[in-house]
Amino acid sequence: MSNFAQSISDGFLNFAPHVNALGLKFVAMGDDWAELALPYAAHLVAYPADNETDGIIASGAIFSLMDTVGGMAVIAKQRRLLHQATLDLRLDYLRPAEPGKTVTGHADVVKITRSVAFVSGFAHDGNPEHPLARMAATYMFTKGARA
Amino acid sequence: MSFVRLSTLLRDGPKEGPISALPYAQTLGLRYIKTDAGITIHMPFSDALIGAPKRLHGGTIAGLLEIASIAQVIHALGDDAAATTLKPVNVTVDYLRGGASEDSYAAAIITRIGRRIANIRAEAWQADRTRLIACAHMNVMIARRDAASAG
Repeated sequence: MSNFAQSISDGFLNFAPHVNALGLKFVAMGDDWAELALPYAAHLVAYPADNETDGIIASGAIFSLMDTVGGMAVIAKQRRLLHQATLDLRLDYLRPAEPGKTVTGHADVVKITRSVAFVSGFAHDGNPEHPLARMAATYMFTKGARA
Repeated sequence: MSFVRLSTLLRDGPKEGPISALPYAQTLGLRYIKTDAGITIHMPFSDALIGAPKRLHGGTIAGLLEIASIAQVIHALGDDAAATTLKPVNVTVDYLRGGASEDSYAAAIITRIGRRIANIRAEAWQADRTRLIACAHMNVMIARRDAASAG
């Protein structure tokens, strides 16, 4: 892991309590993209299975994963931590995540302006060619940015 | 993916209480409140909801809005809810203000509910009901049990 990725992993992930509550793990980061993993856990289930055991991970938990990884992709592109806020995020749930499998979230920065970053992403549970969700989001720089 | 326990809770349970039927709702600490308009969801503040310092993680607000939307659909389905399966199709969340370190609430309005799709709008707020922190638009697929195999 590069020093920059390490500092992001330490600063951005480990000090966000909700990120820890979900169990998000750093996977990888490039010049304008990032990847995080959400290991399957019983406390993340929202759509209970008929047998009440193998439930499907909450779409809300996948939303958190994608919001976080999208923000990380913006940091990767900027090469520094700026004050930023999610302006909006749309998630299409293409199919349910398979119970028991780790969900990986991948986000790419499509375009960055002085005040807004446009990000697209997807989530999969093993095969990136077979995504389970698609994301489109915008992030706003809230300090030191001009319209 | 049935919501038998949740629909029973929302229909027959006390006027308010924890959403014990959904593990993810318990993770967020969500509670339901029955109102004249349907169901309001309450997310008491806790440190585990924090993202950036002193701010709620955006994902917790999205989760709150989604559960409020699902709960309102279950409320609208009434006695039919136990015989249906709900699947989220998509959700769009607009973040309007940062979520402060305090209790949050969300309630949803069903724009249209048909045989197969419910179109829902949800709002989230904190101390002041008129100062929204986020709003959402969600589409949910409704699969009737008897017709589930027909898609």
